[in-house]
Amino acid sequence: MRTATAILRKDLLLELRTLETLPSMALLSVSTFVIFHFGLNRDSLSGQLAAGVFTVTLLFAAMLAINRLFVAEREQGGFDAFLLAPVDRTAMFAAKAAALFIFMVALELVAVPAFALLLAPPRLGHSLPAFTLLLLLADGAFAVIGTFVSALAVHTRARDLIGPIIGLPLMLPALIATARGIGPLLTPNASGSPQAKWLLVLALYDLFNALLAVGLFDYLIEE
Amino acid sequence: MRDAASTITTESAPPPGGGGQPVVALEGLSRHFGERSALRGITLELGAGQTLAVLGRNGAGKSTLLRILATLLRPHSGSVRLFGEPLPRQAWAVRGRIGLLGHEPLLYRDLSGRENLTYHARLHRVPAARVEEVLASVGMRQRGDDPVRSLSRGMVQRLTVARAVLHRPELLLLDEPRSNLDPAAGDLVEPLIGRGAGITRVLTSHDPQAALAEADVVLALSGGRAAYLGPPAGLAPERLRGLYA
Repeated sequence: MRTATAILRKDLLLELRTLETLPSMALLSVSTFVIFHFGLNRDSLSGQLAAGVFTVTLLFAAMLAINRLFVAEREQGGFDAFLLAPVDRTAMFAAKAAALFIFMVALELVAVPAFALLLAPPRLGHSLPAFTLLLLLADGAFAVIGTFVSALAVHTRARDLIGPIIGLPLMLPALIATARGIGPLLTPNASGSPQAKWLLVLALYDLFNALLAVGLFDYLIEE
Repeated sequence: MRDAASTITTESAPPPGGGGQPVVALEGLSRHFGERSALRGITLELGAGQTLAVLGRNGAGKSTLLRILATLLRPHSGSVRLFGEPLPRQAWAVRGRIGLLGHEPLLYRDLSGRENLTYHARLHRVPAARVEEVLASVGMRQRGDDPVRSLSRGMVQRLTVARAVLHRPELLLLDEPRSNLDPAAGDLVEPLIGRGAGITRVLTSHDPQAALAEADVVLALSGGRAAYLGPPAGLAPERLRGLYA
C-alpha cells in the first residue's frame, strides 16, 4: 500500500508539473460535444442517443490517458527503477489504475457540465446521484482495463495502436453497460434511479478485470 | 559445449574475497537478442568487497551483463547467483541489495532531485533523512529543488550516484560511473562508489587503465565471450589494446 501510494503521489505530481494529460482529455471532450452539438444540429439530446454521445466522448478522452499512462516510466527509466526495488509488482498496477481513475473523475468534472451546457439532456440534475454512481463504476472499468492495456502496449513498437486494438474490445461490455445504464436517466420522465442490472454488470466486470489484470501484471512489466 | 575461453579463464580467476560465499557467481551465462549473442558462456565468481572490471569495446556485452546482474534481464542459459540466490527465480530476494548506476539516470526529468530521491527512498523503505544525507554527499543540497531537466549532465550524474547508493546497496553495478563528471565531482562521489566504499562492485569503463587500477578481477569481453578473466596484472598491454582494436 505504501509503495502504491508513493507511485501515485509521484504520478500526480508529474501531471501537475507537466499538465500533459488532463488538459488534453478535457479539451477533447469539450470539442467532441461541440462537434455533436453542431453536427447533429440539436440543442438537446435525450435517452440512449445522449447516453451514447456521452459514453463515446468519455472513451475518446480515456484513450488519451491510457496511451500516456506509462510513457514516463518507459522514457525516463521508471520501470527499471521500480524493478530494482524490493517491492510487490502489483503496487504499480494499483497506483496506475488509481491515477487513471482520478484522471477520469477530473475529466468528468469538466465533461459533465460541458455536456449539460451543449447538449442539455433532460433531468440530468434530478438523476445526478445515479448518473455519478454509474460513471464511477465506468471509471473503474476504464482504470483497470486501461492500465492493463497500457502496460501491455508500452513495450511494443506499435504501442499507439495496441491501446485501441486490444483496449476497445475489452472495454465494450463496460461501455455498453454504461450507455444502457445512463440512457434511462436522461429521459424526460426519468425516475432518477439506475437499473440495478447495469450497476451489477459494471461492478462484476470491474472485479473480473481487476483480478485478471493483477494476476497477469507481473509478466507484463518484467522482461 | 563450454567455450575454451571460459574454461581457461575461470581457473585463473582469484578466489572470492574473505573466503566466504561469492557475491556474484556466474556459470556458463549466455544471453542473446534475436540471432545475436550478447554473452556466451561466461563463468566467474566475485567475492565480497572485490571489484570486477568488465572491459571491451562497444557492443561487447558489458551493459547486458550489468542488466542481468541487476535482475532487469533474464539469462537465456547458464546460472546466475547473487548472494547465493539463483536468478531470476529469487530476484525479489536480492533486489534491495543492488545499486545500479547505468547509462540512464532513472530520474524523472520534471521532478526535482529531492523529489526523485524521496520517491526512491519510499520504494526502498529508506528514511527520509537519508535523502538529505546523500544529497549533501554529492554536493547537490543547494540545487536539490531544481527540476532534473534544468541541471547539467554532471549534476544529473551526481544525482544518479546519490540514487544508486541511497539504500546502501551491498553490490554496486557501475556502467561508466564517472562519465560527465569533472575531477572535483569525481572526487566527491569517490567515497560513495569508489574502492574506499568497501562495496562489492562490477564496473565497466571505456578508460581501461582507470578500470584496471580499481579492479581485483578483470573480465575482458570480446563478442560476448570471455577473452580474459583474471587479475589485472595478468592482462598484457598488447592483449588489452587488442580488445579495443
